[in-house]
Amino acid sequence: MRRPALKTLSLIASALFLLTACTPAAPDDGSKTLKVVYQKTDSFTALETMFQAAKKEFEAANQGVTVELQPIQGNDDDYGTKLALALRSPSTAPDVFYEDTFKVRSDVDAGYLLKLDSHLDGWADWEKFDDGAKAAGRADDGGTYAVPLGTDTRAIWYNKKVFEAAGISLPWQPRNWQDILDTARKIKADDPSVVPFNMYAGKGSGEGTVMQGFYELLYGTGSTLYDEESKKWVVGSAGFKDSLGFLKTLYDEGLAVTPAEALDANVWKKVFGEWFPDGKLGATVEGSYAPSFWQDGGSYEWPGYAQDMAVAPFPTQDGGEPGAVSMSGGWTLAIGAGTKEPDLAFKFLSTALNRDNSLKFTLDSSQIAVRSDVAEDSGYQGANPFVKDVSGLVSVTRYRPATSDYPRISAAVQEATEGVITGAKSPDQAAADYDAAVADIVGGDKTVRK
Amino acid sequence: MGGRGLLRYLPVLPALLLLLVFLAGPVFWAFQASFTNTGLTGRNARNPEWVGLENYQRLLLDPVFPLSLWLTVLFVGASAVLGQNLLGLALAVLMRRARRAVSAAVGTAVVAAWVLPEIVAAFAAYAYFSRDGTLNQLLGGLGMGEPDWLYSWPMAAVVLANIWRGTAFSMLVYRAALNDIPTEVAEAAQMDGAGGWKRLAFITLPMIRGSIATNLMLVTLQTLAVFTLIWVMTAGGPANASTTLPVLAYQEAFKFGDIGYGTAVASVLLLIGAVFGVGYIRLLREGKR
Repeated sequence: MRRPALKTLSLIASALFLLTACTPAAPDDGSKTLKVVYQKTDSFTALETMFQAAKKEFEAANQGVTVELQPIQGNDDDYGTKLALALRSPSTAPDVFYEDTFKVRSDVDAGYLLKLDSHLDGWADWEKFDDGAKAAGRADDGGTYAVPLGTDTRAIWYNKKVFEAAGISLPWQPRNWQDILDTARKIKADDPSVVPFNMYAGKGSGEGTVMQGFYELLYGTGSTLYDEESKKWVVGSAGFKDSLGFLKTLYDEGLAVTPAEALDANVWKKVFGEWFPDGKLGATVEGSYAPSFWQDGGSYEWPGYAQDMAVAPFPTQDGGEPGAVSMSGGWTLAIGAGTKEPDLAFKFLSTALNRDNSLKFTLDSSQIAVRSDVAEDSGYQGANPFVKDVSGLVSVTRYRPATSDYPRISAAVQEATEGVITGAKSPDQAAADYDAAVADIVGGDKTVRK
Repeated sequence: MGGRGLLRYLPVLPALLLLLVFLAGPVFWAFQASFTNTGLTGRNARNPEWVGLENYQRLLLDPVFPLSLWLTVLFVGASAVLGQNLLGLALAVLMRRARRAVSAAVGTAVVAAWVLPEIVAAFAAYAYFSRDGTLNQLLGGLGMGEPDWLYSWPMAAVVLANIWRGTAFSMLVYRAALNDIPTEVAEAAQMDGAGGWKRLAFITLPMIRGSIATNLMLVTLQTLAVFTLIWVMTAGGPANASTTLPVLAYQEAFKFGDIGYGTAVASVLLLIGAVFGVGYIRLLREGKR
């Protein structure tokens, strides 16, 4: 009888020991730890470099504080999910983290982000940040909850060699949608093996479909996705149908990639890694960060990109004001609402975003600068031949309506494009289905016909 | 019994506690979350509200749900119950007759797919079925067409991939079961003039009936839960053509941040698994009688 009882006791004891080993012991030597969570992928290491530098600098200046870097490997969607899950529980929530601008508002609603106003008041560098970019970190209550790292714009990237071969005079600047179709048809007639003008569509490319494709069309028709004044979602707009109609023409005439290729989530890798360098693609709508893939150390190094590629703003439907359309996103750094060391966390954030670290990050990831002292730097101006072109688009750029409903609305838009390019639905049908989906998501009283 | 009887259960207490905490806990959490509007972010992340059966009502009206349910049944039926199970049985029977070298080579090849971590197997399957993947290169070499499998036949591709990945399990179960059949029985049947097919139908299969039911239950439940393979290969597309229930639950809970609705889908999946489980356990009991 004795022995089994002993065994049981020892089992329980070891289980208890294991359980206590699982819970982190509170540091009792006065040392403090800051947990920093961010994204890192094979092709995106600029942030890792920045945080490593900031950690060194910060730890040297603050004895006894350890910065624990926790990179999450994954694409934007997966990173967002993982971060949101970590934020749900105070025990896993990071102190400082990398946050997508379009998630800021819904994460503030969820109570995940710390209001930074009192900290920002005491930070001399804050006035160097661009006002438009500052707005991306502001919530509905007017407070600022996130500090921008950089921003981006979107434009048409085209391969000059492909255009020259088809006899198109350079520099090329389409004035309206018809110009794009005319040029694309000309390239197609000249060399049917080339994809003349691609625009992402379908659910495979996710946000890429809407940010580098559909919204450039929609916002150029005079219509919009969300009416900021009435805070309602727009349904039944002619612009929405016209935009779908434009995609239909591109895909039906074989001016874009095949629908099967478009629905592959990896299509963008082919665009950057194969089709542009090999001269198999005439043009596409892509972000200002495109050179980061091609420059030295990028994931698809292509020394000839500076000579072969060119940028043109995306035109409005019929050339109307303001003549060009662009979309902006961008990322920020934020502080967890539950952090035990708000002062230290902000100190780390401001170290990470000081002039030198910001400059290096902006160059490494081909961002558009949000600090005036970075924008004026000669290193930034000459980083690649396209900095001036894409930075100029800031004057016409638009941001996504980043409400909590946005991810579902975006998915509904992606579904509409998918239906049209695969031929499953006519633009009218797809637009009607979209209207029904929006009413379903936000409720009929939050939609407006325009 | 008394105090001493209770004491006898003390050693299983830690295991029981672990099961409760790590298995029953999440199941219960998911079930109760499916009656709320819990969100991943936004207002409902901070203050989730009890919404009763609203998520289930929405599920019944969602046009994707019946499609997803059908695709799940199709996936489990074609890849697990028919594919893995029958192919595993056939391999196990044939390997007993084959030369040792042949059976070792086949066994290694089949088990290799099973040993791979799911994510690696999924990428391998993606590379095999993708537009310019191995399969199309082979077909192209033979002068046949090169269909876009993941686009035109997404369900066929994921079913084949799951058969490839999972057959080893059934094969191993059946090999072990067949080894337990006394050779005398088979020999006696042979003396009575029973041919190969007859021996299989009247001797072998009835004798391994228990293993068949166990195997069916395990592969069914494993396959119901397959997510990574489908997510990597097709992500549920194109146009939801391969969105099984686990993929639907993931999309709703994490892509759209609607955890309440996602857990409702997951609860339905649990229910289906439970129905299958009870069915097979009944089958097992009858077999023992």
